Amino acid sequence: MADLTYSQSPSKGSFGKLILRWILYILLALFALYYLMPLFVMVTTSLKSLEEIRTGSLIALPREITFDAWKTAWSGACTGIQCEGLQPYFWNSVLLAVPAVALSTLIGALNGYVIAQWQFRGANLIFSLMLFGCFIPFQVVLLPMARLLGMMGLAGSIPGLVFVHVIYGIGFTTLFFRNYYVSIPAELVKAAKVDGANFFRIFWSIFLPLSLPIIVVTVIWQFTQIWNDFLFGVSFSQAGTQPITVALNNIVNSTTGVKEYNVDMAAAIIAALPTLFVYVFAGKYFIRGLTAGSVKG
Amino acid sequence: MAQVELNNVNKSFAHVDVIRNVNLEINKGEFVVFVGPSGCGKSTLLRLIAGLETLTSGEIVIADRPVMDLPPSERGIAMVFQSYALYPHMSVFHNMAFSLSLNKVPKAEIKERVENAARILQMEHLLDRRPAALSGGQRQRVAIGRAIVRNPDVFLFDEPLSNLDAALRHDTRVEIAKLHKQLGATTIYVTHDQVEAMTLADKIVVLKDGEVMQVGAPMELFNQPDNEFVASFLGSPKMNFFEGTLADVSGETASFAGEGLNVQGVRLVSKNKTAGASVKLGIRPQHLTLDPSGSLKGEITLVERLGTETVVELSTSSGTSFRFASPESPDLEVGQTVAFSFEAERAHLF
Repeated sequence: MADLTYSQSPSKGSFGKLILRWILYILLALFALYYLMPLFVMVTTSLKSLEEIRTGSLIALPREITFDAWKTAWSGACTGIQCEGLQPYFWNSVLLAVPAVALSTLIGALNGYVIAQWQFRGANLIFSLMLFGCFIPFQVVLLPMARLLGMMGLAGSIPGLVFVHVIYGIGFTTLFFRNYYVSIPAELVKAAKVDGANFFRIFWSIFLPLSLPIIVVTVIWQFTQIWNDFLFGVSFSQAGTQPITVALNNIVNSTTGVKEYNVDMAAAIIAALPTLFVYVFAGKYFIRGLTAGSVKG
Repeated sequence: MAQVELNNVNKSFAHVDVIRNVNLEINKGEFVVFVGPSGCGKSTLLRLIAGLETLTSGEIVIADRPVMDLPPSERGIAMVFQSYALYPHMSVFHNMAFSLSLNKVPKAEIKERVENAARILQMEHLLDRRPAALSGGQRQRVAIGRAIVRNPDVFLFDEPLSNLDAALRHDTRVEIAKLHKQLGATTIYVTHDQVEAMTLADKIVVLKDGEVMQVGAPMELFNQPDNEFVASFLGSPKMNFFEGTLADVSGETASFAGEGLNVQGVRLVSKNKTAGASVKLGIRPQHLTLDPSGSLKGEITLVERLGTETVVELSTSSGTSFRFASPESPDLEVGQTVAFSFEAERAHLF
C-alpha cells in the first residue's frame, strides 16, 4: 500500500526525467527537420513555375501548384539532342535492375547455402575472397571489365550491365545469405537428408522458405545499389541503353539557356522514387532481417 | 537374426581415430543404447549407421543389406535429433509428410500414415500447428512421429531428451519405453545419461574413445562390469576403488590385500593378473554396510542428504576417498570415524 501511494505522487526524479525526455524529442525533431529540408525544397520547387522560382524565395510554398515540370521531366526534357524526357531511361533502369537484382540474390542465396551448410575444403577461403571482392573500388575494374564485355559481345548493352551488376553484387549477397544460413541448425539439413531430400531440394523446400527476411534485405540493398549506380551505367552503356541516373545527369548538365530548376528537381525525384518506394514498402522487413536471423525450430 | 550388423567399423577424421574397430549385432526388436562420456564416439557411430558420415573402413548391414553405399534415405532408418530439427515453416502434418511426399507416396496414403502416427502419439489435435507453437515435449513427439511415418527397419535416437527439463525428460523417457513396447521396432538410442541407458535398454553398449568397452543387458553390466571404466561409469554415486595387491588367485576369484583390508573370494575381472600384481578393489557405495567391527574405516568429510538417499563422503587413513550411500538417513556427522563391512561377492578386482 505504501508503495502504491509513493509511486502515484510525482517525485522530483520523474519530473527531471520528463524534461530530459522533452529535450530529447525537440532535438530529434530538429534533426528530422534538418534532414527533410532538401526534400521539401525539391518537392516545392518542382511544383512551381519558372517565373515563381525566379521571383520567390527558395523555401516558400508554391503560390500556384503546377505539374508542368513533372510532365516535362518525364517525357519532354532534353538529354543532349534527344528530347524524350526520363521515360525511356526509366524503363532501361527497370530492365537492368529487375534481372540483376533477381539473379544476384538467387546466386547469393545458393552461395550462402553452400558455404554455410555444406562445408567443403576451402569454403572459408572462398568466402574470404568473396568478402574481399566487396571492397574492391569500382574504378579499379572499369578497364578490364570493358575488355571482358567487349570479348563477350555485350558491350554497351543492357544484358552487359546486368552481368556487371550481378558479378559485383555476388560478394554482398553471399555475405548476407551466408550469415543468415549459419544460424540455421545443421541438424535440419541432416533431417532432410534422412527424409530423402537432395542438395537442391533442401535448398528449395527448406532454406528458401525460411529466407524471406534476408531476401528482403538483399533485394533492398541490391536494388538501391543498382538503381542508383552511375559509374557502371555511364561507362558501359551507349545511346539508347543508358540507365536513369545517366539520363538525369544529362538533363541537368547539358541544357543550354535558362536553367529549369523545377524540371531538374522533378527529374531527380522521379529517379529516386523507386528506391524510396521499395524501402517504404519493405522497410520493416529490412530492419527485422538485419537483426533477426536465428530460426528456432 | 541380426537386424543391424557392424563389422570392423572404423572412422577417422583427419588423423584422429574416432571409431575403432567396432563389432556389434543388434537383433530385431531390440532396444540398444549407446552410452559413454562426451567425445566417446557414440553420436558418430549413430551417424555412421544413418549414413550422415562415411565409413573409413568396415561394413554396416541393415536388414540383410549392406548399406555403406546407400544414402541415408535408402537405408531403412529414421532418425530423431537432439534439437528435433523440425522444419520451422511447415505444419506438423507437413513435417511428418515431407519424406513420404519426396518418395511420391499417394496423397491418400500419406494422410492415412500421418494420421495413424499422430494417433499413436496422441497428437491429432496438433497437426495444423507450426513447430514454433508447440512445447518442447510436443516438438519431441512430432520428431518421433516423423520417424514413425517412414516405417523404418531401425529407429535412431540421438540424445533426444537432453533439450527437455528434468520432469519432462522423465515423462518422455517413459513414453519412449511404452512406444517401443507398442511398435516393437528395432531402436538404437544414444545418450550420455546412464539413467536413460539403464531404464530403456535391452542391451547397453558402453563406449570410450571410440572403442566398445562392454555390451550387455543393463543389470549384467551393473553387476558384472568387464573393466574399471564400465564399473565406474554406471551407477550413481560412482563405484569406490581401493588400491592394493592381488593375493592368491583361485579360478574366477581371488583375494585382495590393501588399505587395511583383507578380502577373500572376490570376482577377478582382470584375468591376466597373477598373485602379487597391484590391483584395484571396486565396491559400490550402496553395497557398504555400517558395521562397528568392519575392517574398512574412514573419517567422514561430507554428508549429503538427498531425501531418497544419503550419500556420505569419507577418507581412509591413507587419504583414499570413498563414498557410502544408504536409503536410510543414518545419524552421521562430519569428522566422525566409522567402519564398514561388505560382502565379498559384491566386490570386483580390476
